[in-house]
Amino acid sequence: MTTKVTLTVNGQERSAEVEPRTLLVELLRDQLGLTGTHVGCDTTQCGCCVIHVNDKAVKSCTMLAVQAQGSNILTIEGLAAPDGTLHPMQEAFREHHGLQCGFCTPGMVMMGVDIARRLPGADEKTVREQLEGNLCRCTGYQGIVEAILSVANPGAVKEHHHA
Amino acid sequence: MGQFGIGQPLRRKEDPRLLQGRGQYTDDMNVEGQFWGAFLRSPHAHADILSVDLEAARAAPGVKAVYTSADLDADGVPDMPCEVELADLAGAPMWKPMRPILARNRVRFVGECVALVVAQTQAQAREAAELIEINWSPRPSVADAQEALKPGAPLLWPELGQNVPVHWQNKPSTEADAAMAGAAWRVDVNIVNNRLVPAPMEPKAALASWDEQEGKLTLWAPTQGGRKIQANLAKRYLRIAQDKMRVISLDVGGGFGMRGQTYPEYVALVWAAKQIGGAVKWRADRTETFFSDYHGRDQVNEAQMGLDEYGRIVALKIHTLVNLGAYMAENGPRMPIEGGGRIIPCCYHVPHFYFSVKPVFTNTVSTDTYRGAGRPEANFLMERLMDAAAEATGLTRDEVRRRNFITEFPYKTPMGYVIDSGDFARGMDDAMRMAEWDTFEERRAEAYSRGYLRGIGVAAFIEAAGGRAPTEDMRVRAELDGSVTIFSGSHSHGQGHDTVFSQLVNEFLGVEPASVRLVQGDTDVTPRGSIGTFGSRSSMMGGAGIKMSCEKLVAKGVKVAAHLMQSEPDAVTFSQGVFRAGASEMSFTQVAQAAWDATRIPEGMTPGLDEGHNFQREAENFPNGCHVCEVEIDPETGIAEIVRYVAVDDCGAVLNPLIVHGQVYGGVAQGLGQAMIENALYDAEGQFVSATYMDYGMPRAHRMPFIEVGFNTVACRTNPLGVKGAGEAGACGAPPAFIGALVDALRDYGVTHMDMPATPEKIWRAIYGAQFDTQESDGIYAEVT
Ligand code: FES
Ligand code: FES
Repeated sequence: MTTKVTLTVNGQERSAEVEPRTLLVELLRDQLGLTGTHVGCDTTQCGCCVIHVNDKAVKSCTMLAVQAQGSNILTIEGLAAPDGTLHPMQEAFREHHGLQCGFCTPGMVMMGVDIARRLPGADEKTVREQLEGNLCRCTGYQGIVEAILSVANPGAVKEHHHA
Repeated sequence: MGQFGIGQPLRRKEDPRLLQGRGQYTDDMNVEGQFWGAFLRSPHAHADILSVDLEAARAAPGVKAVYTSADLDADGVPDMPCEVELADLAGAPMWKPMRPILARNRVRFVGECVALVVAQTQAQAREAAELIEINWSPRPSVADAQEALKPGAPLLWPELGQNVPVHWQNKPSTEADAAMAGAAWRVDVNIVNNRLVPAPMEPKAALASWDEQEGKLTLWAPTQGGRKIQANLAKRYLRIAQDKMRVISLDVGGGFGMRGQTYPEYVALVWAAKQIGGAVKWRADRTETFFSDYHGRDQVNEAQMGLDEYGRIVALKIHTLVNLGAYMAENGPRMPIEGGGRIIPCCYHVPHFYFSVKPVFTNTVSTDTYRGAGRPEANFLMERLMDAAAEATGLTRDEVRRRNFITEFPYKTPMGYVIDSGDFARGMDDAMRMAEWDTFEERRAEAYSRGYLRGIGVAAFIEAAGGRAPTEDMRVRAELDGSVTIFSGSHSHGQGHDTVFSQLVNEFLGVEPASVRLVQGDTDVTPRGSIGTFGSRSSMMGGAGIKMSCEKLVAKGVKVAAHLMQSEPDAVTFSQGVFRAGASEMSFTQVAQAAWDATRIPEGMTPGLDEGHNFQREAENFPNGCHVCEVEIDPETGIAEIVRYVAVDDCGAVLNPLIVHGQVYGGVAQGLGQAMIENALYDAEGQFVSATYMDYGMPRAHRMPFIEVGFNTVACRTNPLGVKGAGEAGACGAPPAFIGALVDALRDYGVTHMDMPATPEKIWRAIYGAQFDTQESDGIYAEVT
């Protein structure tokens, strides 16, 4: 038995037939072909799957596709401007070497955008605590924290040692 | 160095793609009409399989096939070998078991593959796997290496008669014993080096596809460069021509050493794809990934060091147990002996060295290479010994190290490896200065006045990089459109090869990085002699291969340029991307483009600038460094916050400081993870109880420090770029720096060592344990749950 869901994804209306158990991330990846959103766990711990649902960061592995009926979804693929200009958070991740293998990155960037929007002026400690639900195995978080700070609170970025 | 060349912190070329969700990881791949695979795994740590009933599974909706070891055996698919050869002092070779791809008659660890179901959807495959009925007869099991040595312990391999397949020693202990007897001081250290899950963020996945028309198999999987896996799959398991097997790993979500192996799942899936004549995709969940990826570390080390009256080491004896797991993985027993053995006894001169290693079988998943692969264990042991030596002799921690550092290079280690260069004392001085070691006691007193405990730790370490395989194959081609393509044998799974290799091409040919393209991770197009990336080898092996290829391009370019500029090759020079002859000049790009036109090159010359080089290394390189860690403990909670972390590294010539520092940050986080919270834990029944991110302590952003980094560069003398690896340094330095700081903070409580992970609970018990009697008081050594 399937249900039809209709939602707006990255500015476009999309619809699909989903099963009651289909996760939102499965709808995005497997049915809509948006493979930028990743799955790193099955216990809602890693945050590789973070997207925005109605302008809020959400772990898309923890929401059913049917729950997203009618909602406005933004994934990593829709973050840059239509002309390809990177979003300031994407640019900051590049500038501060906030990614290595790139697997946690889509979720980190979407979370970073959410943190900077909710908590302008956040200090380093706050940014680190806000990342509680996002795991990265490669970077030691240093470049990620610097990148998010540079958008949320540029004055708080520690002196840069890479020139 | 130019704007984009060697040494510049060029921002990464791969980032715009990865930042926009355009990565191409294995699970992003699909083949039209693909089936899905699911493995049935053992729920038992040790059990006999009395019977298997596949009927219900075969009849389940959507099921195409169900395979067990009987099917693989019927097709003659061989079992998996360990590649390590060792012998005891009498020359008796190590006993080695083989691992069946799918368990045959018996399972030996939780998560071992038993059957493979192929069905139309993933859900159908998983549901059918649950319908397989197995009549199990459980056997007693053992997961801990020390327990497995006890008389009466369950035997993994009864035919061996014990759980130790070899007792390896570097030599008899006689000389070390004699020197030890004459020592002024003797210090003992007993350490459990905790088992870790490598846990790259990308779960394990694979897609195997059979192309009937071409008679060819393709495997997409997260490898560290697929050439060896290709060879194994083709030649050993499928018995087809190597070129009829293609392995593709475009983007890989982290490797850390344990994604280079030919896992049994890959063998079963490619075999199944060929059987059904189609494609089979498999996506492991996190728990399955934790069960089946090889684990790291898991050693027990007992060591005794003797020092003379000046605090100089006279003898060192080390006894190591390494938990192999149930089988022997490709590199399993290699970890302490070759992995750590290349550097042991680390930064110090030891005149008499005795080293004994016993690998031990247990009912756990195999251990193999994980970031550092034996070197973090060796460095941790040596640094704990040096702190103990400081305590015993009354010398400061830096002084006792200084008196024992190796200072003359090249230096031949007791295990016969040659360290070409380094300046260990300068690295330590730099790190201590950056961390304001001199004024630490003031900070300790200030913290104490607030009710907090502060401690500081120092750890010098050495690493070995660029091993094991002594060759790497690279190819550089100047294209007709003016761009340059690198066909790379080494492989990036996060290290930024596209960026750094482009910088090298820029340095040697003058072509802008934006016009350089990296091709990697596809055995159909990467050079034939490619090996891959592990052991921090890409900068030296891949980098040198690019340098040599570029030199060949320039040599040929000189001939073309001479022809075009109507000059003699001898009169043509090349620098910064420009060929010059007298007053005429041509850019590299102009010459390269002309070189494809047969009418514009010397007669008899093959068109095009397209050269490869198989680089053969002379020696490995030896990165080293010194880390200082300062912690502040809240005695109420036992939480140790890292308030300062300094990492000074000698990674030889720096190709891109941004990327080197990134490697250091990531390595430090993994080292701190080991020291603070990570523990792959099997319970008494052999159940793996930390098999999710909820139960396994991954380092998270709020527990990780801001890391201050510095360089103490000494160019390597044995490779053309002067580079040393950077990937594993952090994981070597962080555990001893953190534990050293912790012990320093807890000195007043009589703490001289704390095994990893030093969780808040352990720390709290160390502080309050003395006030509670009985069980709680020895909680410092209790297992963390
Ligand atoms: S996939 Fe791990 S939290 Fe969603
Ligand atoms: S960049 Fe690899 S997991 Fe974060």
